[in-house]
Parts: sequence; C-alpha cells; structure tokens
Amino acid sequence: MLEIKDLHASIDGTEILKGINLTINPGEVHAIMGPNGAGKSTLSAVLAGNEGYEVTQGTITFEGEDLLEMAVEDRARAGLLMGFQYPVEIPGVKNVYLLKAALNAQREARGEGEIPAPEFMKLVREKLAYMKMDNSFLQRAVNEGFSGGEKKRNEILQMLVLQPKLALLDEIDSGLDIDAMKVVSQGVNSLRSEDRSILMVTHYQRLLNHIEPDVVHILMDGRVVKSGDKTLATEVEDRGYDWLTEGSVA
Amino acid sequence: MTGVQGFLDQLGARKQLDAEPSWIAARRQAGAARFEAVGFPNRKNEEWKYTDVSAIAKQQFALTDNADFDRAQLDAMMLEIDAYRMVFVDGVFSAELSSLEGLEGDVSVEPLSQALASNHEAVGGALGRLNNVDFSAFSALNAAFTAEGAIVRIGRRVALDKPVYLLFVSRKQDAPVMTHPRVIIEAGSQSEATIIEHYIGEEGAANLTNVVSELFVEKAAHLVHYKLQEASTQEFHIASVHIEQARDSHYRSFNLNLGGSIARNDLVAELNDENAVCDYYGLFFGRGRQHMDNHTKVHHNAPRTYSNENYKGILDDRARGVFNGLVHIKRDAQQVRGYQNNANLLLSDRAEIDTKPELLIYADDVLCSHGTTTGQLDERAVFAMRARGLDEAMARGLLTLAFAGEVLDSVNEPNIALRVERAVAGKLPDRFNLQDLVEAQDA
Repeated sequence: MLEIKDLHASIDGTEILKGINLTINPGEVHAIMGPNGAGKSTLSAVLAGNEGYEVTQGTITFEGEDLLEMAVEDRARAGLLMGFQYPVEIPGVKNVYLLKAALNAQREARGEGEIPAPEFMKLVREKLAYMKMDNSFLQRAVNEGFSGGEKKRNEILQMLVLQPKLALLDEIDSGLDIDAMKVVSQGVNSLRSEDRSILMVTHYQRLLNHIEPDVVHILMDGRVVKSGDKTLATEVEDRGYDWLTEGSVA
Repeated sequence: MTGVQGFLDQLGARKQLDAEPSWIAARRQAGAARFEAVGFPNRKNEEWKYTDVSAIAKQQFALTDNADFDRAQLDAMMLEIDAYRMVFVDGVFSAELSSLEGLEGDVSVEPLSQALASNHEAVGGALGRLNNVDFSAFSALNAAFTAEGAIVRIGRRVALDKPVYLLFVSRKQDAPVMTHPRVIIEAGSQSEATIIEHYIGEEGAANLTNVVSELFVEKAAHLVHYKLQEASTQEFHIASVHIEQARDSHYRSFNLNLGGSIARNDLVAELNDENAVCDYYGLFFGRGRQHMDNHTKVHHNAPRTYSNENYKGILDDRARGVFNGLVHIKRDAQQVRGYQNNANLLLSDRAEIDTKPELLIYADDVLCSHGTTTGQLDERAVFAMRARGLDEAMARGLLTLAFAGEVLDSVNEPNIALRVERAVAGKLPDRFNLQDLVEAQDA
C-alpha cells in the first residue's frame, strides 16, 4: 500500500526528516508516536503534499505509484486521504457541496459517472447518522463555526463518504472530549477492512485504546527509532522516550 | 474627427424623429451645448479620478439605423426567461426580435420612439427629470442623442406576472458605433414588478453604449431591478441609473458587471419620503485589462428612510476596479438607517481596486455604518479542498463563488444567477445538481 524509503525532508533548509523507512500493507493500522519536534507533522505534511516542505532524498510509493510526483488532488483521488489536525474553515462553501464535488472527482478519476443525487443523499445521511451529526451539517459551510469536536467528526465523515484506501489521521484526537473521542474512533474503526490501511499520528497512547494499531512506530529526531506492536505505545507512555535514543545509539 | 467635435459631428448624421417635439429638440441642444462646454472628463475630475475615458474620446463612433440580427444567434445569447421582452440592436428597436405577447391591463412596455410619436407630452414629465444634462458629460451626450430607448409604465396596483426584459445587443462591425438609449420605468403606486436590463454583445464588438435610466418608484411600489452587463471585453459601457422613491416604496437593485473594456455605472437614489427602502447589491468581476467602476449614491432626503448596500468586487489578471459609495443623510432626516459594505477579492497580484466609502451625515439621530475589505483567496482552504480531490481550478472557483455568495444568494432569477456563477467560477458542479440534492433531502 505505502512504502516510504529513506525519506529526507527539510523546511527552509533545515532537515527535519532524516531517513524514514516505513511500509504499510493493506489492512494494517499503523500508529506513529514521538515527542514534540520529532518530525510527525512534517511526515504528515509531506504525505499530504503540502507545499513548503522539500523532499531532498528518498521515495514514497503509494499503490505502486510515485506519490511525490502526484499533485495533492491526485493523491486524494487515488485514495490517500488526510484527516487534518486543524481542519480549515471554508466560509460560504457548504459541506454537501464539498462532499459531492470530492466524491465525483474521485469517481471521475476512476472513469465513473457522477453519482445520482438520491444515491448520494442516501449515502451521506447514513454516514451522518453514524457520526451522530444531524442533517443540518450538510447545509452549513465547511467547518465554519464548528466546535473542535465537530470539526474532527466532519473529517471522519468525509473519510466515510470517500472511502480512502489509506487514511492518514494527523492528531485526530487533539481537542476531543471523551464522547467525541468515542464517536470519532468508532468512525475510524468502521473504516478498517482487509484492503484498507490507516496511519495515525498521535501524541498520546490514549487514542490507541480506542483504535488498536497493528504496528507502532516511534519517531525521534527525524527517524523511526523503534517499531513494535501496541505494547510499545504503553511502554513509551510509562517510560518516556529517552531510553529509546540511548538504545538506538547502543 | 475624434474628440468632442467628432461626437458632435455625428449629431448631423443622426436620424431625425418624425415631427420631433420642440422640448426634445431643446433638450438635445442643451445636451450638445453642455457636452461641448465640459468635454470628456479627465482624471482631475474627482468623480473620474480612477477612470480614464480617453480611449473613448479618441475613438470615432458612427450611428446605425438598422436592427438586423440573426434570431438563432440571439436565442443563444439571451437569458432563457419567461418575460415581456424588448430587444434593441445597437440601440435600434427590433419589433421582430421582441416579444410583448400577453401583456394586458394597465401596463405599457414600448420603445421610446413610439411613446414619443403617440403622446410625447406623457413622456415629457419623466424624461430628464432625474438625470439632468449636467450630471455628467456622458449624460449630456445621451441627451444630445435622445432618440430611442425603453419606456415601461406599470399602473397603480398592478402586479406584473412576468419580468420585463430589456435586451441590448451590441454587434461586431467594421466601424464601431455608439448608442445612447434612455430607459424610463414608472412603477405606479402599490405596483410590483421586476425589470431586467441586459447588455450583451458579439465577441469583439467594440461599441460605445451610453445609457441613462430613470426609475420612478411610486408610493408603496416594489421594484426589483436587475442590470446584467455582459458586453464584450472591448465594449465601452457607461450607465447612469437614477431612482426616485416615494413613501413606503421598495427598490432593489442588482448591478452585475461581467463585461466591458471600460464599464462605469453611476447609481443615484433619492429617498424622498418616509419608509422608502433602497437595497443596492452589486457584483463586478473583471479579468484581463477590464476596468470596472461603480459609483453609488443614496440620498436620504426624508426621515425614516432606509438603505442597505453590498458590493462585491472580484478582480483577476490586470483588471482594475473602482468602488465609490456615498450615503448622504440630509438635515432633519432623522432615524435613518444606512448600511454600506464593499468587499473585494483580488485573484492576481497585478489586479487593483480603489475603494472609497463616503458618509455625509447632517442629522444627529441616525444609524449608519460602512465597511470595506480587500483580500485574496485563503490558500489553506484551497489546499484543504484539493486534499479532498477537487482540482485547483474548481477549488478556487468554489471559493470565489462563496465570496460572491452574499450577493448572488439574493438573486431570485435563477438564470441570471447561473450566468454570473459560470462567469465567476468557471467549471463547477452544476448548480442544479445541488437543487436535486435539496429536493432529495426533503423527500
């Protein structure tokens, strides 16, 4: 699904990612943890295609394609979707408009026609209900005046409608209360399937109680210093990160 | 011969009206004399500080006397709208292309030439009452060339079942022509009507359209006035729109500008009695080297009169825009409310806007506000939309449309809204797909 090899990236000439290797197979859920400044956000940004980051070395392959050569919108159409840490407010553009345009862009890329309106509405209503959002959300401008929790639910709603092959979730738990956390993680868990993968970037192990990862990676100073199963997350929560750098030097 | 004299020379070439009434002849002379005296405005003139009309002065424009135009071509260009339609081709009325079928009761919609021929005295009260020859050089020129136009009279308590559609077509021809139409709308007391003024042109048409409109909104009348200007990007479009409002009247203007090389609109509303309400909505979208200038004025001449103005400008490439909005509250016009807003979106680094809101308040118990903003598209929002699979053009189009939304959402004629949407946003998911959505949701 996704293969990152020796990825180096810098911003304004400062190298942030210093050789990341990561492979995600279909059906797997991966989590990336790490202290502040480890490069988590940079990795997300590079995957999403955010300009302002320069990839100086290495490759990212998504479904056999060179991801770094793909425009932002082509990544989304190919099935790589980013759930943002800080979803942007888009005044004047209704949620329903964005959802429909996004879904149709994806269908067009696959050579399919536009989705018929009734079918679309049925789909969207079902997903809205799943995310415990009422229909009025559709007529509201994207994220405008939404609470932090509503914005995150909206990100997951978009995922449920667009059904990505690889969902990237950047700090999806930040700013969520317990109830919202449950709804959001329930939404994410419903995405799990044999042919879909999920990559979560998070600060806290707590999220991983709700969305259980297959693999946990620890990112420090621009490198993956350790990978393991979900117990690794609990371990860093208990012991902090320092022991890992000592270990990697040794 | 170009310049002022070149224009005056054309007066001799003008087709004479049959038995022209003496007051028309007098107006014409007054207009010509005024124009000769003042000449074209230059940029030292405060009202024309940001708009250079020397390109118009330098050009020689002829007059035309035929209205030949292909029917199928017109069908493709005009609004698909069920309306009482009058068509003018380069200022010449075409009965053949017009359609006034079904018009009945106390309403008349006719070309000015016909109204003058049948009863010129009935026109004399209105013509020129709101637009004097000294309003501007272009008004003087219009008066000098008074000949044709549209006159719409809506009787007392008449609620028109369909809009009145005044369509002005500009042809591409070897030598550019000029037209000076006059539009007169008399909305009788308690009447309700929608008037659509629509300016279109063949691609490459480089004519001068210099229109003066005078609208009389009588007691408790409701008038909605669309002015959709979609001339070619080589056309010169100058318009003066004057509105007089009586007690309890409601006037709503949509001044939508997409075309023209130079497009200048002057709107002047006189709110003469209590509870007159005036809404000004404007949208201008310029590309290339288009120049779009809107000067609006609202005169609150009586207490408890209300105005509300919202103008949105979108400028791309090297287009330039001007917004100058005056809210004037006369002495003793107490308890007036006047709101004005102008927001501009610059889509290119080389686009430019000059905006100047003005408040002149001579009463002490009033509520007024004005605001103006100029900005660019939010690049984070563009990225967020692309990250959902929308291509960049569509993302920018949707955001631009969202910016125009506050004005467009008030447009109650879907065909007009659609024209503007397409022009502003380019390739978009079909508006009416959205309509389907809403219906499916309600079902």
